[in-house]
Amino acid sequence: MLAPYLLILPGGLWLLLFFVIPMVTMLSLSLQQGDIVSGYVFTGHWQTYVDAVVNYRTQLVRSLIYGAVTTVILIVLAFPVSYWIAFYGGRRKPTYLFLLLLPFFVSFVLRTISWRYILTDEGMLLGPLKSAGLLPDGFNILGTPVAVIGGLVYNFLPFMVLPIYVALERIDPRVVEAARDLYADPATAFRKVILPLALPGVFAGVLMTFVPASSDYVNSAVLGSSSTTMIGQVIQSQYLTSSNYPTASALSFTLMAVLLVGVFAYARALGTEDVMKVAAR
Amino acid sequence: MQSNLPDPSLIRGMTQRRLGRRDALRVSGLSAFAMALAACGVKGTGSTTPSAPAPDAVAKYWAGKTSNGTVNFANWPLYMDPEQPELKKFTKATGVAVKYQEVIQEMGPWFAKVQPQLAAKQSIGYDLMVITNGIQFKQFVDSGFLAPLDHSKLPNYVANADPSYAKEAFDPGNVYTIPWTSGMTGIAYDPKKITRPITKLADLWDPAFKGKVGMYSDTQELGNFGMMALGIDPAKSTPEDWKKAAEKLKEQKAAGQVRNYYDQSYVDALGKGEVWITQAWSGDIFQKNVSDGTDFKFVIPEEGGTIWTDNFAIPITAQNPVDAIKLMDFFYEVENAATLAEYINYVCPVPAAQAKIKEHAAAASGDDKSALEAVAASNLVFPTQADYAKLHYFRDFATPAEQQEYQSIFEPIVLA
Repeated sequence: MLAPYLLILPGGLWLLLFFVIPMVTMLSLSLQQGDIVSGYVFTGHWQTYVDAVVNYRTQLVRSLIYGAVTTVILIVLAFPVSYWIAFYGGRRKPTYLFLLLLPFFVSFVLRTISWRYILTDEGMLLGPLKSAGLLPDGFNILGTPVAVIGGLVYNFLPFMVLPIYVALERIDPRVVEAARDLYADPATAFRKVILPLALPGVFAGVLMTFVPASSDYVNSAVLGSSSTTMIGQVIQSQYLTSSNYPTASALSFTLMAVLLVGVFAYARALGTEDVMKVAAR
Repeated sequence: MQSNLPDPSLIRGMTQRRLGRRDALRVSGLSAFAMALAACGVKGTGSTTPSAPAPDAVAKYWAGKTSNGTVNFANWPLYMDPEQPELKKFTKATGVAVKYQEVIQEMGPWFAKVQPQLAAKQSIGYDLMVITNGIQFKQFVDSGFLAPLDHSKLPNYVANADPSYAKEAFDPGNVYTIPWTSGMTGIAYDPKKITRPITKLADLWDPAFKGKVGMYSDTQELGNFGMMALGIDPAKSTPEDWKKAAEKLKEQKAAGQVRNYYDQSYVDALGKGEVWITQAWSGDIFQKNVSDGTDFKFVIPEEGGTIWTDNFAIPITAQNPVDAIKLMDFFYEVENAATLAEYINYVCPVPAAQAKIKEHAAAASGDDKSALEAVAASNLVFPTQADYAKLHYFRDFATPAEQQEYQSIFEPIVLA
């Protein structure tokens, strides 16, 4: 009788400790009022959400746009890479994957800061171009959306490559041969056979990159400027500089809600089984 | 490789509903949920009114406290010779071991970090910390997080400190804190990029430097410059003034003048040519020029600059307060104040140190001699009355509501 409940106990406790309790605490915080000196008291003040969203809608929308642009660029970059490794990598596949992951053994923040050095106004990239007169003196990449999205793409690349690679790697070469035997030219075989089979990988890749990319704050803090501020930075500064817990929690919840709705809508529209049906049509 | 990666079916499982909405409600129990929501409040410290300490607070706090032979000191980076000669000397003289850590980088994050422990009356692991006057300083005092100082344990401070510090609005009478050092906020620029001399705050609005201006992300530092550019004294400013200053700063931002709003990384940005002209702290520019051989200029603008003070404070939950106050007083011995100022080049709170540095210069030779002479003569270390006349103090906020209003006016400039 009790066996099923006992079996879910470890997982249930885990979820309770690391998911439910933090979430409830955060929800409670977002509905409190007060200040850090006299303390925050629960008042059920939903207005905080309205104010937070009104004040920071620019950053919220900007984050979603950056996240979406990053994800699209990642698909375009990652697909050929994983395709090549999966179909032409041969015995060296593990080596190529290892090489892809190698830079990621270095701390995320450190790598992002190195990009600062590369892209800085008179650094190794822009310095020579400027002294050669190819770029005006005031030209800069750092502090622009290009730098921030570039940083996001760079940092999230493996999270797109690996799922697509897994999907492609599982494709039985005989299916492609069969397509060719049935007079499909290479392009048709790719479109009708490989692409539909790879879509679940792309789906997983999008989930693994869009959500963290939209809520990232390191890239925009290190490579951006005040005109590229993302919502993660606002939340961080509300928590850790202004000690304004309610606004920070309200923004976190809003961001989570927006992302969840987006992800569910996306999963509904392109649930993995359906993806293949849609593609086969 | 393959087996270690998440299966797409796992992701599918995670994104599809397994438990009905009704089941979820039944499991959690809505009423219990609501109670849980209200239960997790954030503990404040109860005192909403700025607290003048009770007359016996000093005696009460220090009663029964004895030396434990060790002190944990939290300070900012680049605020002492890395060899820590003064601390070594202190340990030799008193037998008290000092654990010195450069853990404070910015006031907001530092307060946010130690607030929960202090509110729970737990030790923060430090017996002595250096905090800047401003919003968080006030929060430390108002929350009752600072130990009241027993001036009878500070004989060197009483004898040697510049008496004007005791009159500063953020801690009149130095009840909770005594200065570590002061500094000025002015303008730094790179004369290689900007050939004309910079003299005014208005230069930060000069279209010639479009996209090459650095401003501080700290709302007080930023707001102060907006106010002074309009001829408003920040210390006496009203919310109306703040709005006007915010407009002035928004104008600057909208015109594309500002490259970015920086924390201490502005020094780096100046070094890399990202900004040509920037808000700056006096000692930083001196240290940058010395360590990197640069030739940046630091000026106090005609309209005025600001002066702030970094202060020694003992957290109320400190485990070794007796050793901490001993160390505080040690830095007020003229000799120690002099050697510290010689290295960090910030405003020295001990006037007699100037003569001591001149003595050191007389005893030295070559480069050392000229460097020490420069320190003794520097108006960034020993400002003259004329310099002080140009310097403004920070606005002191009477209530948290006032401070929140200030934040909400200037924060959008930095974040948007």
